[in-house]
Amino acid sequence: MIPRVGPWTTATIAEIEREDRLVRLRLDVDGRTAHLPGQHYVVRLRAPDDYTAQRSYSVASDPTDPLVELMVEWMPDGEVSGHLHDVAEVGDVLEVRGPIGGWFTWTGDEPAIAIGGGTGVVPLVSMMRHAIRLGVPDRLRVVAVGKTLEELPYADELVAAGAFVATTRENLGSRVAATPYPEEVRHLVEGVERAFVCGSVGFSSYAQRLLGEVGVRADTVRVEQFSAWGPSDQQQRPTG
Amino acid sequence: MPVTRGFTGRRRPSDPAREGRLPPGQYDTGTDFPSLTAEATPRVDVDSWSLGIDGLVEAPQSWSWDEIHALPPSSYAGDIHCVTTWSKFDTTFTGVSVDTLLDAARPLPEGAFVMAHTASGYTTNLPIEDLRGGRAWVVWDFDGKPLTVDHGGPVRLLVPHLYFWKSAKWVTRLEVMAHDRPGFWEQNGYHDRGDPWLEQRYQGDP
Repeated sequence: MIPRVGPWTTATIAEIEREDRLVRLRLDVDGRTAHLPGQHYVVRLRAPDDYTAQRSYSVASDPTDPLVELMVEWMPDGEVSGHLHDVAEVGDVLEVRGPIGGWFTWTGDEPAIAIGGGTGVVPLVSMMRHAIRLGVPDRLRVVAVGKTLEELPYADELVAAGAFVATTRENLGSRVAATPYPEEVRHLVEGVERAFVCGSVGFSSYAQRLLGEVGVRADTVRVEQFSAWGPSDQQQRPTG
Repeated sequence: MPVTRGFTGRRRPSDPAREGRLPPGQYDTGTDFPSLTAEATPRVDVDSWSLGIDGLVEAPQSWSWDEIHALPPSSYAGDIHCVTTWSKFDTTFTGVSVDTLLDAARPLPEGAFVMAHTASGYTTNLPIEDLRGGRAWVVWDFDGKPLTVDHGGPVRLLVPHLYFWKSAKWVTRLEVMAHDRPGFWEQNGYHDRGDPWLEQRYQGDP
């Protein structure tokens, strides 16, 4: 069945939490359809003269969460992320559309590995929260890669849930700064039937190579890439 | 829909030459050419690559790399629009017109749709009308240089009047069909036609 994406609707900001370069938004969506872990929403901002700007953001929340949680990375000069980071407040109403995407989704049925880089961990957090709520935390093995722990979204929650976290610009305990090595993930792919990769174009190529090296078949890998380009925002979805 | 409190937008400096060229909900990506792909990037070898046209045609065709380059060249100069909301102005692609290819294969009258297939297994469906009338190309040059692999090189479909996911990278086959059938993104909720001026982004958009 082809998922039909519903019409534009409105969402009220119920909670907003800002960090240095991240904005965590929790939205109360009018007429909401439950999402699948891995899906995304489009957020649209409208100026008084009806000029609009829209961007896609992955959902971080579990489908049963009464609110939809988005983690937005602030991009230099980002038209949408800049507004969300600097201007948006609790009670503001945004236009949203979603959930969108039927490819990069995990419903908890099959054992899977999920590798995310930077804000690429956001849809993985939704999957992880889903696995924990279903009582099958071991069915999803999460590998999260950030420059530093400080810059990695949901770092504390990922560590607490037992994800393998690697940092590339700082040592983490006794682990010297580096992307994950094949020997660090080999045991995590045992028995997996599905692999998810989410991150920048460069990160996804690296992660796909890594999965190949530890014997994951390319046809089981689903990739969600985003790239930050020019004066814009994080982007996700089909082929550019 | 409500105005977003405090949002005015950061419109680009207006360029008269680009007036009216940005479809609704799109923004100008400037000199960048973003690349997004769902599947692992295939390495396509031009020595073994071929492009076929089959299905509801009178004369199924297959062109090798050299054969397709021997056809009359055709170029597109203009804008492209991706459903992820970027548009890129003033691109130039060179290859061969899909009209030339379809004229050789002679689609049957009932052949109303085309499924484009690629070396990566990606598919996308289009009304055959959208591949006709000098509006679609199979291209191998971008801005005068060989198309790079991340942008679908060595060869891709180009249907610039539709959202760019219709312009299948690494195209290998055009299958002419009587009935429409959803391709890869279309099965995942994206529109069967994808006209950026009508904002046909998702299934169900008018």
